[in-house]
Amino acid sequence: MIRTPLRPLARILPARAKGENPDAIERENIRRRHEDMQDRARNRAEGRLLMLGLFFLCAFVTVGARMGLLATSEPAEPLTSAVGADIANQRADIVDRKGRVLATNFETFSLYAQPRQMVDPQAVVAGLAAIFPDLDARRLLRDFTGKRKFVWIKKKISPEQKQAVHDLGDPGLLFGPREMRLYPNGRLAAHVLGGAGFGKEGVSAAEVIGVAGVEKQFDGYLRDPANSGKPLQLSLDLSVQAAAERVLLGGMKLMSAKGATSILMNVHTGEVVSMVSLPDFDPNDRPVPALQGDPSDSPLFNRAVQGVYELGSTFKIFTAAQAMDLGLVNAETPINTRRPLIQSGHEIGEFNNKHYGPELSVSMVIEKSSNVGTARLAQMIGIDRQRQFFDDLGLLEATGLELIEAQGGRPLVPRNWGVLEMMTISFGHGLSATPMHLAAGYAAIANGGRYVSPTILKQDRPQYGPRVLSEDSAAAARQMLRRVVTHGTASFGEVPGYAVAGKTGTADKPKPKGGYYKDKVITTFASMFPAHDPEFVLIVTLDEPSIFASGKLRRTAGWTAVPVAAEMIERLAPLLGMRPAVEPGQVAGITLTSN
Amino acid sequence: MTEMVYGAVPDRGGEPILPKWWRTLDKWTMSCVLILFVIGLLLGLAASVPLAERNGFAPFHYVQRQAVFGGGALIAMLLTSMMSPVLVRRLAVLGFVAAFVALVFLPFFGTDFGKGAVRWYSLGFASVQPSEFLKPGFVVAAAWLMAASQQINGPPGTAWSFVLCAVIAGLLVMQPDFGQACLVMFGWGVMYFVAGAPMLLLIVMAALVVLGGAMAYSGSEHFARRIDGFLNPEVDPTTQLGYAADAIREGGFLGVGVGEGQVKWSLPDAHTDFIIAVAAEEYGLVLVLIVIALFCLITVRSLLRLMRERDPFIRLAGTGLAAMFGVQAMINMGVAVRLLPAKGMTLPFVSYGGSSLIAGGIAVGMLLAFTRTRPQGEIGDFLRGRG
Repeated sequence: MIRTPLRPLARILPARAKGENPDAIERENIRRRHEDMQDRARNRAEGRLLMLGLFFLCAFVTVGARMGLLATSEPAEPLTSAVGADIANQRADIVDRKGRVLATNFETFSLYAQPRQMVDPQAVVAGLAAIFPDLDARRLLRDFTGKRKFVWIKKKISPEQKQAVHDLGDPGLLFGPREMRLYPNGRLAAHVLGGAGFGKEGVSAAEVIGVAGVEKQFDGYLRDPANSGKPLQLSLDLSVQAAAERVLLGGMKLMSAKGATSILMNVHTGEVVSMVSLPDFDPNDRPVPALQGDPSDSPLFNRAVQGVYELGSTFKIFTAAQAMDLGLVNAETPINTRRPLIQSGHEIGEFNNKHYGPELSVSMVIEKSSNVGTARLAQMIGIDRQRQFFDDLGLLEATGLELIEAQGGRPLVPRNWGVLEMMTISFGHGLSATPMHLAAGYAAIANGGRYVSPTILKQDRPQYGPRVLSEDSAAAARQMLRRVVTHGTASFGEVPGYAVAGKTGTADKPKPKGGYYKDKVITTFASMFPAHDPEFVLIVTLDEPSIFASGKLRRTAGWTAVPVAAEMIERLAPLLGMRPAVEPGQVAGITLTSN
Repeated sequence: MTEMVYGAVPDRGGEPILPKWWRTLDKWTMSCVLILFVIGLLLGLAASVPLAERNGFAPFHYVQRQAVFGGGALIAMLLTSMMSPVLVRRLAVLGFVAAFVALVFLPFFGTDFGKGAVRWYSLGFASVQPSEFLKPGFVVAAAWLMAASQQINGPPGTAWSFVLCAVIAGLLVMQPDFGQACLVMFGWGVMYFVAGAPMLLLIVMAALVVLGGAMAYSGSEHFARRIDGFLNPEVDPTTQLGYAADAIREGGFLGVGVGEGQVKWSLPDAHTDFIIAVAAEEYGLVLVLIVIALFCLITVRSLLRLMRERDPFIRLAGTGLAAMFGVQAMINMGVAVRLLPAKGMTLPFVSYGGSSLIAGGIAVGMLLAFTRTRPQGEIGDFLRGRG
């Protein structure tokens, strides 16, 4: 922009010459400049005001159009419908593998009070106290006569209780519809199902949320209306689960154990067909978690996936299988079992301080459950390969089982995995894992060497993971396990027609402050059946069992866990649709007689 | 002769006040405002009954109060519209100072009426919300400063007005009252725009707003949820917005009938923020469209009249007042039809509220004073050959 000077000399000088005041010229120029400025501003403002006017016009037209669209559309929801009526029955059911209901919804009522509208609070409190003996009458009276406008009395009441409250006839007592979670089978599969509680709560509806087990794990799925009520199908089998709970409970009592757990898992699909943890609870009335004491003593504790135990000699087969798989040994290779074997100042002992002589074949090491022999095998394998193999078997991480509790069941792995640790781990000490880990590891041996991740959801086809063992090594390992039942420590595990194979494990319980108890053990029997082509793995673990048999107090797995497991297989196998095989050579002895 | 004895009839010099006022007044705008006020009373009959019932008054208690305040507001509007722009400016700036002081002392002497935000002075029989009076005062003061900066050797008024705007917005946010703060900033922005804001700056600011919004969306869960709720076509029928939308749907073209509406019993703010939903339900789309048309007419007509205005101060002040009036109505109705995220804002002249009514009357009065027909020097332009 070219600016004209306010005092142009060309005009000032002549003006001075004429005796005029040159300031008038300057003033005139300032006025002009000011006018120019104002005109520019006005022109610009004119355009912008027009834009602004158009903007408002468009905006109001939009609002009006939107009003019109809205007014001509149909009301989406009737205004009078009770809020939350559409929430009812939204949580999907949970069913077992055959579609039988494990968890469903139930319509009930909550009870609340509006003290302002109450006619006779004293009589109401007296009446309520008669109907609900667990209510604190004094506090209720204080609530009703105080300033509160709204008091929750009960979250869930039964129809009979509702009628009784109704008969009190006080207008200050009101009911809100509630949907509650119902587990029609009671205690059955309590640990798998977990339980549900109320989340956000209003007068006319409450949100049902899962608090444990699959209810919590799949809370999002169960609540998602997009699934339109499609039930969540678990791999559990209701009848198998019921029988398993029954037998295990009997076994636990017989063996005077304080706790027990069992897992029945399909070795090809990874489906957990039955999972029991005792003592259990009723998910319809989930106990409050204990604030004191050991959480693992609570009935809420799921031993199968949360209980991290040293599983003892059941691990030996992993060592043997790996040694064979690496080609270091075969089933008949003699192993030095001479004692003492001293490593890092510790002696690797044997159970009950037995001596197995100078050497045993690998097969015999498993059959007799020799710690020394297994430790020798581990020496051949080495730390790194052992660690890698355990990792492949999923023994170093939490299992992938879809239970919220399973994520907390992380194995306890020694911080320093040295030579001594390598030896103890080879026979199941120094590394703690859950029975579910053991089930997954045994499934790999049972199905011919492929890892399967345990799952609680129904599967349609085998879910083989990466191969961890060769077919031959897995078969050889199975033969050894079979020999444990036919000739070894698990002789009580023989179930005619089902060719059980398995390995026992007896581990001293660790004291909370270090060291081990002398008289408290955890016994485990890890089994698979039928041995020639296993379909299922069954893990049975008893906590602190003991039984007086053959004139002695027995605590080993062979006397406790094995007979319980055998009883379970005998009961469960027919339910699983397996027929007993007629074993050759078992022909009834017909004696030719003549008279 | 008589004149020689008794003296001449005093010459007032110029036109008498009332004829001049009537001749130059924008009669359309004033009629619209009067109609709006009547509609407000009509809706008050429907919408404020539940509130009166809740607070234990006679059913039409709030309608009576609205009528009293409305009468006051109309008188204030007429008086203000008779003033000259200079008088309006002086009084408005004085009023602005008073309202500003009142706003500053609000945290110490104000009450919150249990609503969580300290916005009111309680005077016993009524309550006063200083921010309502502050808005028109601020517009005038800011327009004065901006106009001054357009004079040669004028002060940097635009910058000063911006500082003022920021301070006021800060005070309002502290209450907290985000709606009013946004309104004040919007009013200032419109005035700055008309006063000649550089285009580049406007583009940069728009980009910053978009960027800030995106960052707030990704950074703040609360903010994101509000926006998601707004963008989600399925509105939860149990929220205020859901009730409002359903009320509009229920109403259809002609409404469900006077006094038959249900939404007013469910919405706590039926008499203020969601009065348009009550109108739509009981009187139908027809009345709503009339209301929208009235607001649109007032705003757009005022802006178009200001296009011809030569005085920068009048132009800016009028623009600010008209824009604030229009945008407040737009936000209120836009929320009810879910064009905008939920934000509490009253509908001028229609919603219940004493401060809002009287301040609205004063603001519209000022607007009417500014949009009066005035000689704009057309002949001078013509003579100088610039027209």
